[in-house]
Amino acid sequence: MTRVDPLTGIFAALANPTRRAILARLLSGEASVIELAKPFAMTQPAVSKHLKVLERAGLISRGRDRQRRPRRLQAKPLAEATEWLEPYRKLWERRFQHLDSLLDQMKAQEKKRARKKNRRGPP
Amino acid sequence: MKNTGTLKLTTPSEREIMMTRVFNAPRHLVFEAFTKPELLKRWLLGPPGWAMVVCEVATKVGDRYRYEWRHENGTQFGMGGLCREFVPPERIVCTELMDGYQSEALVTTLLAEQGGQTTLTTIVRYESQEIRDMMLKTGMERGVAASYDRLAELLESADADSKARGATEP
Repeated sequence: MTRVDPLTGIFAALANPTRRAILARLLSGEASVIELAKPFAMTQPAVSKHLKVLERAGLISRGRDRQRRPRRLQAKPLAEATEWLEPYRKLWERRFQHLDSLLDQMKAQEKKRARKKNRRGPP
Repeated sequence: MKNTGTLKLTTPSEREIMMTRVFNAPRHLVFEAFTKPELLKRWLLGPPGWAMVVCEVATKVGDRYRYEWRHENGTQFGMGGLCREFVPPERIVCTELMDGYQSEALVTTLLAEQGGQTTLTTIVRYESQEIRDMMLKTGMERGVAASYDRLAELLESADADSKARGATEP
């Protein structure tokens, strides 16, 4: 069997909003499947399916408590995935901040033009 | 809207990168800023130290565009492509070829206006996953390692998102 590139598994796992929400919940500490299922309008098996994807991607692991089997976040692979996108994000964040101020100027100019036009027009 | 200013960067499929960003301006102005060279030059910057020196835009289907940046140390970098769709003020589809590479990407830019704000969605589709990953790793400046704070922020916004989409509070 060929081994899948670990980043591919991580990105596939992150491509789903429910799974991202589960990870966000786990940032504040470990939680059982029941606790994780609570905020979602979803059955426990459906949540378990998402957990399996996250587990396979190495993003979460199971705690020692046999009864609760709490899931916990594995921060390292996630950090690696984020780091990988980071230069791209930085470049575009910077560009868009410049675009924000340009758009503010364009809006102000447009308003000014509209005012002038009104003044010239009929009362 | 509290989402204004937050850049969301995701990989919706194996060979795509998707960016979304909300701007506090009507769509026709954002479209202008994307299609007029004198405006593009003011925001489509390279990494720090790079200046945009060539900015030839496409304004209709079939036009070619060309962008070039130059570093203080003389290094040059450019890219260009062919415009496939041009629908003011909502949609642009262009090919994108970086200098020194042989594989073209397809870039789809969508603008949607609501309540005086504009949501930009850009989808870059590469020919393969290997090429996408390579383009992200090279070509761009080397970033500093992401801190866990940044990660937390990213996930919180993803969380708020999915809540807004209908999941109830715990």
